Amino acid sequence: MDVVLSPEEEAFRQEVRAFLAEKLPADIAEKTGNGFRISKQDHVRWQKILHEKGWIAPNWPAELGGTGWTPMQKHIFDEECALAGAPMVIPFGVTMVAPVIMKFGNEAQKERFLPRILSSDDWWCQGYSEPGSGSDLASLRTKAVLDGDHYVVNGQKTWTTLAQHADWMFTLVRTQDTGKPQEGITFLLIDMKSPGISVHPITTLDGSAEINSVFLEDVRVPVENRIGEEGKGWTYAKYLLGHERTSIAAVGRSKAQLRKLKGIAKVELAGGKPIIEDPDYARRLAQIEIDLLSLESLVLRTLYAESEGKPVGAEPSFLKIKGTQIQQGLTELLMEAIGPYAAPYQPEAFRDEGWNEEPVGPDYGPALAPLYFNWRKASIYGGSNEIQKNILAKMVLGL
Amino acid sequence: MSFTFTDDQRQLADSIARFLADKYGFEQRNKIRKGDGGWSREIWAEFAALGWLALPIAEEHGGLGGTTVDLALMMEQFGKALVVEPFVATIVLGAEIVAKADPARAAEILPQVAAGEHLLAFAHSEPNSRYDLPRVSTMATQGDEGWILDGHKAVVLHGDSADTLIVSARTGGRDDERDGITLFLVPGDAEGLTKKTYPTIDGMRGADLEFDGVRVGPDAVLGEMGHALDIVEGVADRACVALAAEGVGAMQATVDLTTDYLKTRTQFGKPLGSFQVLQHRAVDMLSETRFAHALCYRTAGLMDTVGGVERARAASIIKAEIGRAGKMVGEEAVQLHGGMGMTDEMAVGHYFKRLRLIDVTFGNAGHHLSRIVGMA
Repeated sequence: MDVVLSPEEEAFRQEVRAFLAEKLPADIAEKTGNGFRISKQDHVRWQKILHEKGWIAPNWPAELGGTGWTPMQKHIFDEECALAGAPMVIPFGVTMVAPVIMKFGNEAQKERFLPRILSSDDWWCQGYSEPGSGSDLASLRTKAVLDGDHYVVNGQKTWTTLAQHADWMFTLVRTQDTGKPQEGITFLLIDMKSPGISVHPITTLDGSAEINSVFLEDVRVPVENRIGEEGKGWTYAKYLLGHERTSIAAVGRSKAQLRKLKGIAKVELAGGKPIIEDPDYARRLAQIEIDLLSLESLVLRTLYAESEGKPVGAEPSFLKIKGTQIQQGLTELLMEAIGPYAAPYQPEAFRDEGWNEEPVGPDYGPALAPLYFNWRKASIYGGSNEIQKNILAKMVLGL
Repeated sequence: MSFTFTDDQRQLADSIARFLADKYGFEQRNKIRKGDGGWSREIWAEFAALGWLALPIAEEHGGLGGTTVDLALMMEQFGKALVVEPFVATIVLGAEIVAKADPARAAEILPQVAAGEHLLAFAHSEPNSRYDLPRVSTMATQGDEGWILDGHKAVVLHGDSADTLIVSARTGGRDDERDGITLFLVPGDAEGLTKKTYPTIDGMRGADLEFDGVRVGPDAVLGEMGHALDIVEGVADRACVALAAEGVGAMQATVDLTTDYLKTRTQFGKPLGSFQVLQHRAVDMLSETRFAHALCYRTAGLMDTVGGVERARAASIIKAEIGRAGKMVGEEAVQLHGGMGMTDEMAVGHYFKRLRLIDVTFGNAGHHLSRIVGMA
């Protein structure tokens, strides 16, 4: 499924490939390839290598430390990184909060936060969801009350991915109870070391703990850590969500998964033959390849439209739905590929701590069923697929 | 076929449901699966005392002679409560194989099994066999005083706690030939047997077993030499129905949890259940469950009266259906629960995991669809 590249683009692909071959640490690539968890140290190690090369922030303008790449170059870069087994760049800093700081933050905030995001010296997490407000984000209740030159914040955030590692959290808090629920929301940056913050891991279906509850009890946040105006947080958050949904399609990662799946399907046997020769399995594999090609096509069209300055519109919602369906379909085929060996639960074999024993079943087996169960999250997070359909019904169909 | 239940059957289902509601709530179940050995010997003893272990065993072997429908009714309740005790390994597989293969040995072993004093496991599947029952490469060679077993058995359900393992091995033929497979009774602690034991993702227990020159006596042979495959297939077919019944119970519990959640969780100022798109999806889940339930008991009713291709086809149909429908219901339930559905503390994810792992036990939906196509 190759898109025809111009000679310049092909040269760029080769440049990226050569860089990855030389600089991506083999131990990290191996973990990624096996679906094992990547530790914070590994993430930071890789992100600093990207930063050194000037390639950590393809979505930033060149003058602020971005790459100045075309949408096609970004796409090539993502794809090559995924195929080489590079861990994804943790999006909360570089992809999510940084564009908001650039667009709506003041000069002091830009100077203070952006360089440390680029260098991965600060680890960010996202404090949006709350126990009572999942898809209905505007119903959030975490309260911030102005007290002199500080906001005093009380409430609970949840599903906070990788908060256990975070230095900073960007949050939506309620500063006003009257009027439309969207109008009283303010965007605050909170230092995770502030007194009154406690982080509690939530164990998920696959037995991991990458998400957390974050409790905020009389946490004092300087007013200087507010983005833009009080009560305008909803606007800033919406700006950010558009960014999140284009990357959520994850074409490169799905291509890498498809390649891995084909590799496994060539060695796993059913009826004495590789399952890739099983008619039912082969058809399902072919269908997912078609779906992925159509996803990539709309991603490219969207990126080109964006580069020509056209508004992005509803496309991210289509991409989010299809992208996550493909990701989930791939994890399902991966789990099914190993047959009964989907059953053993061997968390020590795929967690980030070192483990030198032989797993039960094939080497690539232990992470596959947990991946399938874990990846059910993809159609829930980032605005559930039901919410995306509501958006599309309104924006595109006018219903 | 079975479209109605007798009063006895209703009472059986009710009494199991009452017992489990009292002693096997979600919290209690979690405590049990995290405890020593991953299941409860006390609960097992109570199952025995209540006669549930004896129920599916034939009267001549010290059991109560229950039908496959009776078995399905029990499994449905076990599915609703996510029971982790070794009922499938010991009763559905172990006792049934012993009974079918060797009535004389059955008369000796099964009364102990029914009393809850002896645990069995069926060691058949191998790393390269996936779901193909004839594909056995574990070897049994004749020694001076009996047999010597060599090979690797994969993901043996409750293979860690079995007092006696029923092991299939080649005494003739090669690769995937139907003839040449013989069953052996092997003590769970036999010398030369290495067990890698583990919890499974759905909270049960499994083991991979390496046989490295395991010596057993001539009396270890269970049933006829070289002709075990017919028995294995028959027992696997019936196990597919039992697992489907467990799946039906898990599906019903999943639908109940989901509708309760939709009624209580509010978003955008209204209960989730007030959104039509979610209502329709809950109805689809319920619909799948109703159809699966009907098909399951129709199949259970058939199992005791038909054999050969007809039995095999019926078993594959229900197993393919429970795989597909169970996946749909489980995935939808997690989705409709939103982020809460992803957490370990909510029961819904545990039902989802059991439903998905029922699919990979004795052949997933794709395998059984192919088997059905192959029989046409």
